[in-house]
Amino acid sequence: MNLLANFLQQLINGIHVGSIYALIALGYTMVYGIIKLINFAHGDIIMMGAYFTFVCIVSLGLPLWAALIIPVILCLVSGILIERVAYKPLRNSPRLSALITAIGVSFLLENVFFKKFGQNPRPFPQFINPTPISIGPLQISRITLITVLVSILLMILLDFFVKRSKPGKAMRAVSEDQGAAQLMGINVNSTISLTFAIGSALGAIGGILYSVAYPLIDPFMGVMPGLKAFVAAVLGGIGIIPGAMLGGFIMGIAESLTKGYISSQLADAVVFGILIIVLSLKPSGLLGKNIKEKV
Amino acid sequence: MNSRWKANTINTTSIILIYVILVLLIRMGFINSYYEGILIEMGINIILAVSLNLATGYLGQLTLGHAGFMAIGAYAAAIFSSRVNMPDLPLLLISIIIGGLLAALLGFLMAIPVFRLRGDYLAIITLGFGEIIRVIILNLKITGGGKGLSGILPLTSFSSVYFVTIITIAIFYTLINSRHGRAIISIREDEIASEAVGISTKYYKTFAFTIAAFFAGIAGGLFAHHTLVLDPKDFGFIRSIEILIIVVLGGMGNLTGSILAAIIITILPRMLMGFADWNMIIYSILLIAMMLFKPGGLLGKREFSLYKLLAGRKKSHGNAPVKNEGSE
Repeated sequence: MNLLANFLQQLINGIHVGSIYALIALGYTMVYGIIKLINFAHGDIIMMGAYFTFVCIVSLGLPLWAALIIPVILCLVSGILIERVAYKPLRNSPRLSALITAIGVSFLLENVFFKKFGQNPRPFPQFINPTPISIGPLQISRITLITVLVSILLMILLDFFVKRSKPGKAMRAVSEDQGAAQLMGINVNSTISLTFAIGSALGAIGGILYSVAYPLIDPFMGVMPGLKAFVAAVLGGIGIIPGAMLGGFIMGIAESLTKGYISSQLADAVVFGILIIVLSLKPSGLLGKNIKEKV
Repeated sequence: MNSRWKANTINTTSIILIYVILVLLIRMGFINSYYEGILIEMGINIILAVSLNLATGYLGQLTLGHAGFMAIGAYAAAIFSSRVNMPDLPLLLISIIIGGLLAALLGFLMAIPVFRLRGDYLAIITLGFGEIIRVIILNLKITGGGKGLSGILPLTSFSSVYFVTIITIAIFYTLINSRHGRAIISIREDEIASEAVGISTKYYKTFAFTIAAFFAGIAGGLFAHHTLVLDPKDFGFIRSIEILIIVVLGGMGNLTGSILAAIIITILPRMLMGFADWNMIIYSILLIAMMLFKPGGLLGKREFSLYKLLAGRKKSHGNAPVKNEGSE
């Protein structure tokens, strides 16, 4: 019984982290789906979301609702700006050039925040009551509960938006065939901007939830969760929205179980090992379709 | 043939001339040990960039785990040299070759899942490999784990790095202009078409990955005997990205471009030191600006040739390196 409870506890922790990875992975996968770019700066959107919230609450003393909405809007705008300034001019260049620009943007954001806030990690304000709720032998913290609920709600909304709404359909059309979408009267530029806006907003929310769970923020905090979320997106099949969610949860649970039962140091290796095995068996990710290349 | 002979003479003479000048400057104290260190790092970066260029630029497969091979080479070479008693130069050469061979073995193993994957999936697999190598090194006893490996003999000198770099460049230059090199380039241009004309894509992909890994291991061995302390953190994802930046900045599939970019990327952060804590901000803005204004890399597709420069542009057909027209 105790063993089972322990296992369930690890599973809950895994779902907690996994839902954050899934939120971040959505940003990667949507951007990749539409312009085939690994947006390395996305990890830094997470960091920006955390820092903006920190500034709003600690320095400006804004009420909680404002301190949660303003950072998301700021990140959304930065996402659009980054695309317009750094990626749009390179849309017809070799893809690797855009990748290097994305890395440049990532370095830039990290170092601007490094210059502004310094190297020392800042404590993130705790605005969620941390006392856990007990269900039998299990302890579920309110943070976990809120994180998982918020993420699942956002994913349902996103799924609805992409499948049913007109801009969502435009997004899918552009990611399938940019030229044909343009011929059908879809404004490709604004659709790409919309994708970056949604991805960055989700990334900012992911960043806030991540900082609530691990309440020390520093300018380079986005790198590791960003990398793992990206791996999650690839695991599920990059460019596919449900794949990113699935990949996120798998990554989170695998990481948490490894930390609980094997070794916390090996967690990263196990996660990447799973990735290699999955991709060796299913080369385009769990939910990806294998498209035959035509001559 | 005459022009090729001339070109070889010019190149050999200039290589020896540059070496003699640099050694004289070091002996006379114009280049102090700090700048000598920078020259050594330049050489190491050139080897790394040129080897990654084979996999990414010529074969056309994005690789994000090059630092992992460098780590294998560095640790293997350092552990070997600390356990064997031998005169300096042969010890260095043997240990970097051992490091290179071990890295090549891993590159060979990595090539196996690579056959089934394309494009960015491949990039992520290599990223995963690199990270796994780093985590394993972090958890092994023989590598010193998180504390790092110290007490490495200072075997790397300017001369050894200079000649290893020159030999590496020469090997890659001849490789790329050979039958094997043309096969590798044809896979980048069109995999299906090259398979149709009878090129074994499996063989050449494995070949390119193994060679690239071997030279990354060599660079790692030189790096280990230069820094004298190894820390798994030095070989993370960021390091792989740095090497990739050099390759893209110089121009994909451009050997001389990689060399030029390696020199720039080694010097640039140090030149920006004067700007104190603004240096990394300026560095990243420069990086973005260079990519925005020259998306094809600094040299693009044109290889730099000393012979052509001296002989004028008219007679350029003699020693013309492979032109990679129509890629991307």
